[in-house]
Amino acid sequence: MKKIILLAFTAILFQPVFSQSEKFIGAMKKNIAEIDSALSRNEVARLNDIAATFERIGDAEKNQWLPYYYAAYCQVTVAFIKNEVANNDVVADKVDQLIAKADALEKKNSELSLIKAMNTSLRMLVNPMQRWMQYGQKIQEYTQDAMTQDPTNPRPYYFNGVSLKSTPAEFGGGCGTAKPILDKAMELFATFKPASDLHPVWGKVVCEKEAAGCK
Amino acid sequence: MRRGILNQLFLLILLTGILPGAIAQVTIKGVVKDNKNTPVTGASITIKDSYDGTTTDSTGHYSFKTYEKGQQVLLVTSIGYKSSEQTIKLEGNSLTIDVVIRQEISELTAVVLSAGTFEASDRKRAAAVLDPIDIVTTASANGDITQALKTLPGAQQVGESEGLFVRGGTAAETKTFIDGTLVNNFFFSSVPNIAQFGRFSPFIFKGTVFSTGGYSALYGQALSSALILESIDLPEQTSANLGLSVLGGSLGYQHLSKNNKSSFGGSYSYTNLAPAFAVIKQRQDYSIVPNYHNADANFRIKTSKTGILKYYGYFSSNRLAFTVNSIDSLGYLDKFALSNTNHFHNLSWREYLPKKWRINAGLSYTNNKDDIRSAMQNNAGNEVLLTGLEAKTFNLAMNGNYFNAKLVLEKKFKGLSGIRFGTEYNFSKDQTDYTAFNGQLYPGSFKETISAVFAESDIYATNDLALKGGLRMEHSKYLDKFNLAPRFSLAYKLGKGSQASFAYGIFYQNPERRYLPSPNELSFMKAAHYILQYQKVLNQQSFRAEVFYKKYHNLVKTDFVGFSEAAVSTAGFGDASGIEFFWRDKKTIKNFDYWITYSYLDTKRDFLNFPFAITPNFAAKHNGSIVTKKFIQKIKTNFNLSYTYSSGRPYYNIRYDGSDYKFTDRGTIPDFHNVSFAINYLPSIGKKDAKSFAVYVLQVSNIFNLKQTYGFQYSFNGARKEPIVPTSRMFVYIGAFISFGIDRSNEVIDNGL
Repeated sequence: MKKIILLAFTAILFQPVFSQSEKFIGAMKKNIAEIDSALSRNEVARLNDIAATFERIGDAEKNQWLPYYYAAYCQVTVAFIKNEVANNDVVADKVDQLIAKADALEKKNSELSLIKAMNTSLRMLVNPMQRWMQYGQKIQEYTQDAMTQDPTNPRPYYFNGVSLKSTPAEFGGGCGTAKPILDKAMELFATFKPASDLHPVWGKVVCEKEAAGCK
Repeated sequence: MRRGILNQLFLLILLTGILPGAIAQVTIKGVVKDNKNTPVTGASITIKDSYDGTTTDSTGHYSFKTYEKGQQVLLVTSIGYKSSEQTIKLEGNSLTIDVVIRQEISELTAVVLSAGTFEASDRKRAAAVLDPIDIVTTASANGDITQALKTLPGAQQVGESEGLFVRGGTAAETKTFIDGTLVNNFFFSSVPNIAQFGRFSPFIFKGTVFSTGGYSALYGQALSSALILESIDLPEQTSANLGLSVLGGSLGYQHLSKNNKSSFGGSYSYTNLAPAFAVIKQRQDYSIVPNYHNADANFRIKTSKTGILKYYGYFSSNRLAFTVNSIDSLGYLDKFALSNTNHFHNLSWREYLPKKWRINAGLSYTNNKDDIRSAMQNNAGNEVLLTGLEAKTFNLAMNGNYFNAKLVLEKKFKGLSGIRFGTEYNFSKDQTDYTAFNGQLYPGSFKETISAVFAESDIYATNDLALKGGLRMEHSKYLDKFNLAPRFSLAYKLGKGSQASFAYGIFYQNPERRYLPSPNELSFMKAAHYILQYQKVLNQQSFRAEVFYKKYHNLVKTDFVGFSEAAVSTAGFGDASGIEFFWRDKKTIKNFDYWITYSYLDTKRDFLNFPFAITPNFAAKHNGSIVTKKFIQKIKTNFNLSYTYSSGRPYYNIRYDGSDYKFTDRGTIPDFHNVSFAINYLPSIGKKDAKSFAVYVLQVSNIFNLKQTYGFQYSFNGARKEPIVPTSRMFVYIGAFISFGIDRSNEVIDNGL
């Protein structure tokens, strides 16, 4: 009896009253896994939900930048998949807000710089000819920042490579210029060690595919 | 032992007491809708400061469980909507909470007050009808801003003189503004029967608003149209550029400071038409081939994170002289010589102030000097004085000084709503010295001060309904009169990408300087505009249709006062109505962009020396254009072809018979057709890390060498008439532009991507 009561007691005690960090780590892990599963099943709407969840976590925690990072990452990813360029400015405004919150907590982070590059590229896609002058250089700057801030981070190389691959060869893009950069990204993916279980590790699988598409 | 059991029981009771409160989850569900009762998909619902929440499904429904209890805040957010917060009490029961969130009014989704305006800028983001790049790459435009605008509905294809003739108005009824302030000599000085180009390069502007009517109370002194140009801010990087063409050469340098907070630069260009005229036969026989020294200088300083101070200065000195066979006397020549110097300085400052205030201030000063010599010449090249034609021999020295200032304060309220008010001051002093054939000097001096105050308010009731109301009051020192001009416009969203808008306004303008001073008392000329527009803009395609009615009052009537034609009254009148269409499509064919316009105009006016109300000689009933652009990536070349058409305009010879002005001749000129072609070749595109970028241009205007007639001119006695035609039929332009340090080629390749 005593044992049962004790068991019940501990169960009750521990179920709703996780320590704050355990709750945070648990929720983050669960949702990071959700991103992968949503992407693998191509559930775009689900990514929006996950973005909202991350934003909730960020707002509740108040001093964690990673939830905002993932919220921004999900929003950007959805916009790239949907490719409704007329809507990109609205999304990019939202992402800017998320990045600003993350930036306030984590200065000069390579992963955040990369999200900035990706978000700027969303804006440029609205009207590439008109906006190239304004945003083209910004994208390069942010990508370069991401590379310098963490030279071991493969994602800036991945993003740069993919962008180049989709640029016509006449404009200095295509596989010729993209391949070495994608290869460099693959090299970095092989050795990349995230700072914690919650830090970003995405990109390897797609990068492999993109690199393989450039023979 | 018994006590132990009791204790345990107590504990159990205690625990079970806590249990429901501790682990029982509460379900919260409901629907999220907007203020139009439409379900909102993908809205985020959160218990504030907790992880608990969810997003709405496609029907706006949501449902989630939470462990939170007591008083909590339920927060609902969604992109494009204002967030909503409400306090809820979690007491163990499921809750059903339906939430209404309001659309956030933003530039991206709100309707645009677009009646009567064509915007060519990125400010309205994807909604812009024309980009600045479009202006440069329109084949018939030859890199001239107003030439490109002539491919838009509303403007006439008038080739014998410069300027924009909009919806039955004269060129003088269109005013140009740079960074808010009036520009007095936008075009090079007029030459008889030869349209002049604008003085400013399209590359110094980032935004263009071309209003064909119903424009804002911030602008005045233009009966028909306002061309509002916004100069660029800081350049992207330090660069130098070099240009070489059949017409001349140019050199420029722009320096951007290391901290990206200021820049300065300048350029010089020399244009000489001698080589071109050697190849392409001109109607005129030039003794001084048109040649231009143009220089400009600029600096731009960021005065804070949001403020910028900009200076642009321009200097030009140009000369030309030619003869044409005289229409008045066989065997003799008419001589015309012009030398012009112009300098223009524009200083503007814009800054955001606390509490959503914003200030825009601008100053501009212009000095323009024209020296004109008109005479008759014999075949030996000597000036002669023929009896009865003495008036054709004269000297005209004009010296104009213009000072303009403008201050606008703006306060933004919630959403996009706001108010704007300010003041404008235009001072002009013109010295006109006329020397007659006999050496008699008739000096003339004219001063005018026009001051204005204005206020305007934008009200965005929802994303779907916007109103703009404005009032402008002007005072003219010369006329010694005040005017009060109300303006109003409204836009309503009809559906995705489509909207209807309406604009109304009263517009005043002083009688043209060339007809002043007048012996009689004059008043402001006046026009009332009514414009109704339908517009549909979807991804890469846009359509608009516009109907307008314009009523003119108090137009200037002229008569001969002494030597010259002067205003004698403002008893003229007129009206104009029409319908215009614009269609642009970048989507249907890949890498191919085109637009088609058509304008119908019905107008009559009684002004100047017209005997009664007639369709003026600058108004064609039908105008149309087709502009196409194709970029071929493989050969890095952009092909632009454009066609413009206007139906035959009327022409008149109006003469004074001693008591009345009468027609001695009238008719209709042939229809006007023009096909122009341009190729831009960009070899350095995509060359990685290239230090220089080159653009090669080949432009052919009137490629089919069609005969174009602009009107007729008459001899002094009215006995002979001659068609007014372009100086040459076909014209070919070849040029190369190289820039170092910056990829300008991107500005030139069009919407090929």
